[in-house]
Amino acid sequence: MNNVAMIISKRLGLGVLTMFMVSIIIFSAVNMLPGDFAQALLGQSATPEAVAAIRKDLGLDKPIHTRYFDWLIGVMQFDFGTSFAKANFATYAGTTADVNFGSVADQIAPRFANTLFLAAVTAAIAVPLSLLIGVLAALYRYSIFDRIANISTLTSISSPEFFVAYVLILLLAVLNPVFPSLSNIHDGMDFAQKLQKTMLPALTLTLVVTAHMMRMTRAAIINLLASPYIEMARLKGLSPFRIIVFHALPNALAPIINVIALNLAYLITGVVVVEVVFVYPGVGQLFVDSVKIRDIPVVQACCLVFAAAYISLNLLADVMSILSNPRLRLPK
Amino acid sequence: MMPSLSFTYWSALVVAGALALYFGGRQVGNASGVARLRDMSATGALGYSLLVVTLYQGIALYFGPGATFFKWAVHGVVGFGIAGYLFQQLGRHVGTRATKKLFRSMPVTAALGILLILAYALIAIFADFIAPYGQAEIFKDANLLPGGDPGMGGSPDHLLGTDQIGRDILSRLIYGAQNTVGIAFVTTLLAFFIGISLGFLAATIGGVLDQVLSRIVDMLMSIPQLIFALLLMTIATAWFGSEKGMVTLFMILIIAVLDSTRVFRLSRAVGMNIVVMDFFEAAKLRGEKLSYLIFSEIAPNAFAPLLAEFGLRFCFVFLTIASLSFLGIGIQPPLADWGTMVRDLSQFIAYAPFPVVGPLTASLPLMAAGAIALLTVAVNFVVDWMLHRASGLKE
Repeated sequence: MNNVAMIISKRLGLGVLTMFMVSIIIFSAVNMLPGDFAQALLGQSATPEAVAAIRKDLGLDKPIHTRYFDWLIGVMQFDFGTSFAKANFATYAGTTADVNFGSVADQIAPRFANTLFLAAVTAAIAVPLSLLIGVLAALYRYSIFDRIANISTLTSISSPEFFVAYVLILLLAVLNPVFPSLSNIHDGMDFAQKLQKTMLPALTLTLVVTAHMMRMTRAAIINLLASPYIEMARLKGLSPFRIIVFHALPNALAPIINVIALNLAYLITGVVVVEVVFVYPGVGQLFVDSVKIRDIPVVQACCLVFAAAYISLNLLADVMSILSNPRLRLPK
Repeated sequence: MMPSLSFTYWSALVVAGALALYFGGRQVGNASGVARLRDMSATGALGYSLLVVTLYQGIALYFGPGATFFKWAVHGVVGFGIAGYLFQQLGRHVGTRATKKLFRSMPVTAALGILLILAYALIAIFADFIAPYGQAEIFKDANLLPGGDPGMGGSPDHLLGTDQIGRDILSRLIYGAQNTVGIAFVTTLLAFFIGISLGFLAATIGGVLDQVLSRIVDMLMSIPQLIFALLLMTIATAWFGSEKGMVTLFMILIIAVLDSTRVFRLSRAVGMNIVVMDFFEAAKLRGEKLSYLIFSEIAPNAFAPLLAEFGLRFCFVFLTIASLSFLGIGIQPPLADWGTMVRDLSQFIAYAPFPVVGPLTASLPLMAAGAIALLTVAVNFVVDWMLHRASGLKE
């Protein structure tokens, strides 16, 4: 057990280090920009003295490494700073009643919950579905079922997300009004309403992700089927279903778990386009909108949130595959 | 549009059919000694039953009223299948001995992929001669429908109709091939140039250079690509303004650099395997120069795996560019581009249920999206076959 604990803590340490480096990249990329918060606040016609005064007030005149650590400490307390777009002199001077107005964290928090909801719904559909199709395709490999599954997954992997999205809108929202094409969920809705509105984006992501997961599940199981103990099980006269589910699947679990975690990480990129198509109020849409109006603090925060989710899912994949390897878990 | 009978009814029919096939098959198989029928598994029977019922449903839907999109989809699949088959047969009987042999080992999907890639390449190269009008030319009849039939809201002058400000859609689709595919191709080439040269350098020299490059690449790869591209696009436009040509140039550079990380990983790994071989050691001991080592010793031996990777990377780059343009941050108007066309025309999809002209209207955004999907599917079909061949798997 000691061995595993060490490997995992090493991996976790590496993850924290990566996160740290990524935060430096994002921070320095944003700080190389011309114009800072003080200029954004006061606009084009500000006098240099006024800009300098606000800079001093906000600590923008400090050296860059001090600012970086200030920012990092803020981020750890979920304080991502103030949005440029929402910034105005009144909020800065504290003359409005709403002190938190325009803080980036306030914009991201509810949207982050929405994005997590979308990802959870997608995972709940995609994971069982792809495992089932993957096992069936491995069981009936080179049959007509396998070929159809192969061609259709290859097609859905290679289609852009928005193509899948519009085809689904056409089929399930316009021609057969089963689900709404506009996923404008908000807090007042109950769970069933939310689920119904989230269904089309979730199905789009499912189609994109299932293809990857199913192909890798199939490949992992077929790889194992060549090994001698499977041959033995077959010679004993066990049914193909029993061989796959009780003999092959437990050993294929490590690569499959890895694949699931990696594909959930892939969802993070897919979510941006899909949220824009369905006008789903998630982080992805906020990110694209902020990129368009160049609201740097929001872009920076969204980037950090996406990168953090991506790195932790990759980390999770590594840790799970270490844990599911009996040779590492139970050392001699 | 949907089959009139209920879902439960059809599922019951599938299960009943499966049971009949399973038990009936045993009886018949036992009596006649046909092993295939006798030893059929229950799941296999369910599969056959499902297949038959789905086929029946499909045929009923095809000949039933109103299923325009389903008919188009069937025509598309069957038409492409036939085209792929004909091209495969052509390749098997025409050409040199080597190409004939190549086509004999090729599945229909790969043949179709090659045919489609050739077609896209020809359209992209000769867009100026094929397109009936210019890509930014505006006509006074906006929102004409595809089909060219004046009675159905079309015009024989504009076979695929015009968009919301009156530009010919057929011309824009053709020029889109030139812009979208051309830019994606240039970007991939650039990414390969950067990735391969750095990867081979890291493999040959090793040591500190290898460590530094590898750690930088690790870092760049730990941020999701589309997200990082969007961040860098914001920074680039903030620095240099958002003139139209500049935005496209930034996009090419940014995506090329981000994508070269994947190429670097692969070419470094491939290069590492070659560097430890005896012939490379011999060349090194002969005192050959670095450029000779890279271009004459490593490059020829790394060609095959890198070619398959080129196809895959092209798909990713192409999809990233299309996604960026769809989000409004990639290729800028007035250049015709498929991603932008999908976004501009997307609202027409809501008109699909209207009788007669509905499906024609709704097909507008799907044409550009379909053009993107078709090319990536074609490339993937070919790459799938190449990887299968390279791995030496035999069915």
